[in-house]
Amino acid sequence: MSGIWVWVELSDGKAAPVSVEALGAGRALADELGTELSALVFGQGVEEAAEAAIHHGADQVYACDDATLADCRSEPHAALVSQLAAEHEPIAILAGATASGRDVLALAAVDLEAGLIPDCTGLAVEDGAIRATRPVYAGKLMSNVYADGDTMLASLRSRAFPAPEADAARSGEVINIQPAMAAGDISVEVLGLEASAGEVSLADAGIIVSGGRGVAGPEGFEPVRKLASTLGAALGASRAAVDAGWIPYARQVGQTGKTVSPDLYVAAGISGAIQHLAGMRTSKVIVAINKDPEAPIFKLAQYGIVADLFKMVPALTAELKKRL
Amino acid sequence: MHIAICAKQTPSTTAVLAVEDGKVTWSDPGGSPDIANPWDEYAIEEAIRLKEKHGGKVTAISMGPEEAREALKTAIAMGCDEAVLVSDEAMKGSDTLATSYVLAKAIEKLGDVDLVIFGRQAVDGDTGQTSMQVARRLGWTPLSFVVAVDEVDAEGGTVTVTRAIEAGRQKVKGPLPAALSVLKEINEPRYPSFKGIRQATKYMRRSLPIWATADLEADSSKIGAAGSRVRWLQVYALPPKEGECTMIEADSPEAAAAELVDKLLEEKVL
Ligand SMILES: Cc1cc2nc3c(=O)[nH]c(=O)nc-3n(C[C@H](O)[C@H](O)[C@H](O)COP(=O)(O)OP(=O)(O)OC[C@H]3O[C@@H](n4cnc5c(N)ncnc54)[C@H](O)[C@@H]3O)c2cc1C
Ligand SMILES: Nc1ncnc2c1ncn2[C@@H]1O[C@H](COP(=O)(O)O)[C@@H](O)[C@H]1O
Repeated sequence: MSGIWVWVELSDGKAAPVSVEALGAGRALADELGTELSALVFGQGVEEAAEAAIHHGADQVYACDDATLADCRSEPHAALVSQLAAEHEPIAILAGATASGRDVLALAAVDLEAGLIPDCTGLAVEDGAIRATRPVYAGKLMSNVYADGDTMLASLRSRAFPAPEADAARSGEVINIQPAMAAGDISVEVLGLEASAGEVSLADAGIIVSGGRGVAGPEGFEPVRKLASTLGAALGASRAAVDAGWIPYARQVGQTGKTVSPDLYVAAGISGAIQHLAGMRTSKVIVAINKDPEAPIFKLAQYGIVADLFKMVPALTAELKKRL
Repeated sequence: MHIAICAKQTPSTTAVLAVEDGKVTWSDPGGSPDIANPWDEYAIEEAIRLKEKHGGKVTAISMGPEEAREALKTAIAMGCDEAVLVSDEAMKGSDTLATSYVLAKAIEKLGDVDLVIFGRQAVDGDTGQTSMQVARRLGWTPLSFVVAVDEVDAEGGTVTVTRAIEAGRQKVKGPLPAALSVLKEINEPRYPSFKGIRQATKYMRRSLPIWATADLEADSSKIGAAGSRVRWLQVYALPPKEGECTMIEADSPEAAAAELVDKLLEEKVL
């Protein structure tokens, strides 16, 4: 067994941010274990992404350029990952904990009868073996785990590992391979995609501005949205706001929504229920704006302002426009 | 159509957790400490709706200790027709690889299942991968992150769903049998009726089948700790947050905004 592998997810021909983070994490493991880092770059038109993976730390790339690998279907990706892994027996295969990353690893783990550790926030080498840290019980507890058996599989949470800088001077080998499944053997057929146009994804966002029941209606999200766009931030929400139908579920942060970990999280009109905190407690800096000084969100926040959000949020937007 | 759902008993979302000697315990001063995994209620609801539309029956499956019956009770109370508890001392310590093996065996034993529906993830282990691992074990069509079941064509043997993934909303179609994991957006789970709750209590007492390893004709090397690869070294509570909240008190929203922006620039988060 040798080598650390990273399955690189492509979106518009480029590696997803969390895949670049995974390449950084994989590089660190490979260096510590004295082994090589390989990137698995599968999709349609992969040449540039393969080169970029090398710049981000890979020693070599298994590249597969095929139309069947273009549209986020886990079966053909997993089949190819499993086939390659059975042949080369890597120590570990990493991927970002996105929808596709999770699925590809889940299927491959069954093929390989391998341990799969999802949503890692830390990876370390101890006595020559890889140890992972991951939150459990909705982030209320942390766990340290490892996988025995041969190859270990792990998905990495967005923004938990630093993204490496691209180094254009790095060189490496690109090995072109064939897909493992013929188009006709893939059970899932894609009928269409309604792209989420230009929205900053919550998981990748460096700054998130969220609104809760305090915004009092769909139009109440307008000032919150303005603050978000001024900051180049993603827009989030509490479940109360989602359930009220003021904003789509895709924006929900918390135990039954998205788990996020931005540098800055601004909560406006959110009380700070335990299920909301479960999804954002690892944010680096939390700012709470709430008119109730007793709101539990102030217990977790670094900065708190007791104020009416309809006055405070526009004032903050105006100040930022002046200063940034 | 025969639809199966898989549901797990988990701690309530408001449970207060404690760790002692590496063991996690919990209590909930506000209510029941053990509940049906909240994500699984969406799976149960969707199965019942599909049954209401297409006919057939819904069977709920849960793997866990003998006393872990909350998930199945909820499933019957909401309207599932049958339930099975899969339980065996030997299943203790299962990771998702072993759990998916046992659940796949149970689904195979049911025999004529067309569709199995899972929650997105269980709020204890938080892995969110059991569903697709079961799909792989059974060799069924894997359909994850489903926010709408657009069409089930039992005659033609296909299912069409909408998935919510990073790229957007993807509509896909695949052959039955299929395994689905569903997101909250898919429906609004019903509250069990009084009659449903009474029925569930009765069912749990009189008719709940319990399947052990032998009943599943399962390979004992693939279940429990023996069939698992993931080992826990340590589980611990997060250290309490350092420092207090700095309250920004100013005469006007404008002054508060200026003070906050100063602080955020100092913290270098802007
Ligand atoms: C199984 C389960 C899962 C759940 N999952 C999630 C989840 O994933 N995410 C989630 O968020 N919740 C979740 N919840 C719901 C959670 O318990 C809370 O109900 C929810 O988070 C409350 O949202 P909120 O803070 O917006 O609303 P509220 O608790 O009603 O708080 C509104 C806040 O706004 C403040 N406010 C009102 N008007 C103004 C104003 N003009 N200016 C400033 N402040 C104002 C109020 O003081 C109050 O603190 C879950 C619950 C359960 C049972
Ligand atoms: N022990 C279990 N019994 C029944 N269903 C389970 C069990 N564990 C997981 N599941 C199902 O798999 C989904 C994902 O769980 P997990 O991968 O553990 O987060 C859950 O929402 C359930 O539908």
